[in-house]
Amino acid sequence: MQHYKSYHISFLLIIAALLFAWILNISSGSVTIPFKALLTSLFNGKVEIESWNYIIWNYRIPKAFTAILVGGGLALSGLLMQTLFRNPLAGPFVLGISSGASLGAALLLMGASLFTGFTSLLLLNDAALAIAASVGSFLVLLVVILLANMVKDTMALLIIGLMFGSITAAIVSVLAYFSSAENLQRFIFWSFGSVGNLSSQQVILLSGIVGIGIILSILSIKKLNAFLLGENYALSLGVSLKKSRLTIIIATGILAGGITAFAGPIAFVGLAVPHLTRQLFDTMEHRILIPAVFLYGAILMLLCDTIAQLPNSVNVLPINAITSLIGAPVVIWLLVRKRKMLF
Amino acid sequence: MSGSIKNSITVKDVAIGYISKTIVDEISFNLESKELCAIVGVNGIGKSTLLRTLGNLQPKLSGNITLKNKYLTDYTSPKLAQELSLVLTEQPASKNLTVEELIALGRQPYTNWIGTLTKTDKKQIQESLDTFLLNDLRHRKCHELSDGQLQRVLIARAMAQDTPIILLDEPTTHLDLYHKVQILKLLQKLAHEQQKTIIFTTHEIDLAIQLCDKILILDGHENPFGEPCKLIEQKHFEHLFPSEMVQFDAKTGSFKVNK
Repeated sequence: MQHYKSYHISFLLIIAALLFAWILNISSGSVTIPFKALLTSLFNGKVEIESWNYIIWNYRIPKAFTAILVGGGLALSGLLMQTLFRNPLAGPFVLGISSGASLGAALLLMGASLFTGFTSLLLLNDAALAIAASVGSFLVLLVVILLANMVKDTMALLIIGLMFGSITAAIVSVLAYFSSAENLQRFIFWSFGSVGNLSSQQVILLSGIVGIGIILSILSIKKLNAFLLGENYALSLGVSLKKSRLTIIIATGILAGGITAFAGPIAFVGLAVPHLTRQLFDTMEHRILIPAVFLYGAILMLLCDTIAQLPNSVNVLPINAITSLIGAPVVIWLLVRKRKMLF
Repeated sequence: MSGSIKNSITVKDVAIGYISKTIVDEISFNLESKELCAIVGVNGIGKSTLLRTLGNLQPKLSGNITLKNKYLTDYTSPKLAQELSLVLTEQPASKNLTVEELIALGRQPYTNWIGTLTKTDKKQIQESLDTFLLNDLRHRKCHELSDGQLQRVLIARAMAQDTPIILLDEPTTHLDLYHKVQILKLLQKLAHEQQKTIIFTTHEIDLAIQLCDKILILDGHENPFGEPCKLIEQKHFEHLFPSEMVQFDAKTGSFKVNK
């Protein structure tokens, strides 16, 4: 339709913003590297001080790439959930998906040694953590879907999501109470969230996970658009409800679960970004929204990570706190300004 | 789609309801293209259930529903989407859609995997916008529309789906008299000019008598069906409501309150 053209400028803007956020992100960190040296290193691949080169190519660039995957992927999973649940407040955090991942991680990090007497070190490689968190988020997602079919009321669904959060928090604190200080610390650090501690294999694995999520989302574009009318209308348009629902749920679970496993439970990106995106891209067409939401999420995550780095300091703030500090006021602002949230 | 007069939808001895409870049984009627048909009856008699059953949103309990000499249940859901479109009482899930975006969704049964609109699709969307007087509203969001406008958009979407049969559940509720008549006249025009079979449920019996080609009265036992004037002659409207409250006036084709 003719309104596609009008988004070309918006896409150019948002891509420029992504580039800017990316440069900003890799130019800041605990070690001060002059901007000129950074550019030389980026374009020539070499710079006079070898340690700078190492930091840029082996730490900052993978970290920025991870931030893009994490932010974009979480935002995309939020968009999918909002359309699937026909609810503007849906998102991996609100619906308890992130809590599920936390529970999986907590059970592994603190529970395994507790119940089995294993030295937890045996189990504690990162792949195991990723699997545990993904399984946790998938289980919660499945329960939420089952309940969503039973209770038609979307408000009830959100409350169920919140209850899941409480249950998880309770189990986690019970585990924490009995857990050793060392294991507890590992869990706490994981729950702060981070995009910087991934090995190159983990980054590749995460790219694969996010890639699958993106492909499944693109394949679901037409069905997502039909879901905007409601399920009965979608059915009358020839959409196979079960199949498309399942594809969307798998995409969401893979994105939210996989990302949470590697980067920790990062709040508000999934909920807030789709709404922020619609301020710039005033459409419901998922062909536009999917790339736009992904780019927007990536930008937000790069910026949050830049702030978390506390430029020119050796301290790193927990990124989960930063996204909440930015995300929660944004949601409040949107609610107050528009009086009600539409999706 | 052909203009030839043949049976478009045939319903024979159908019982509707839920497994635990039959709501109405022995419903039989038969409609051709170019016919506008109203389903009337008291609240809770099963008008919406019948419409949902015809739209294949819920299974029938017994009997046969045939579209173009093929059983309704034999259609795959993408094929059925090209035969039958729906306008339901439920609001669209996202009211952030623009009028044009919502109507364009009606083209889904014909578009490719990612939903690209072809020239034919765009032409059909434009025709729907024109027919339902929505050209000026095309870029408006659905939450900015009045009830009457939104109803026109939903019907325009069904028209864009370009199916020989359109089913509508209470398309005139919440509308004032002028907008009720406007919607029903548009439906009549759509049926007669575009060779469609249109079935809708309604409580506007007097308007239905004036505008419809056929009426199905759901009364729970006989379920009479036919042309409005025949139904009046056979005094079927007389027993629709308790006669101590309202009485049917056969001369004017409307109900009068007993004073």
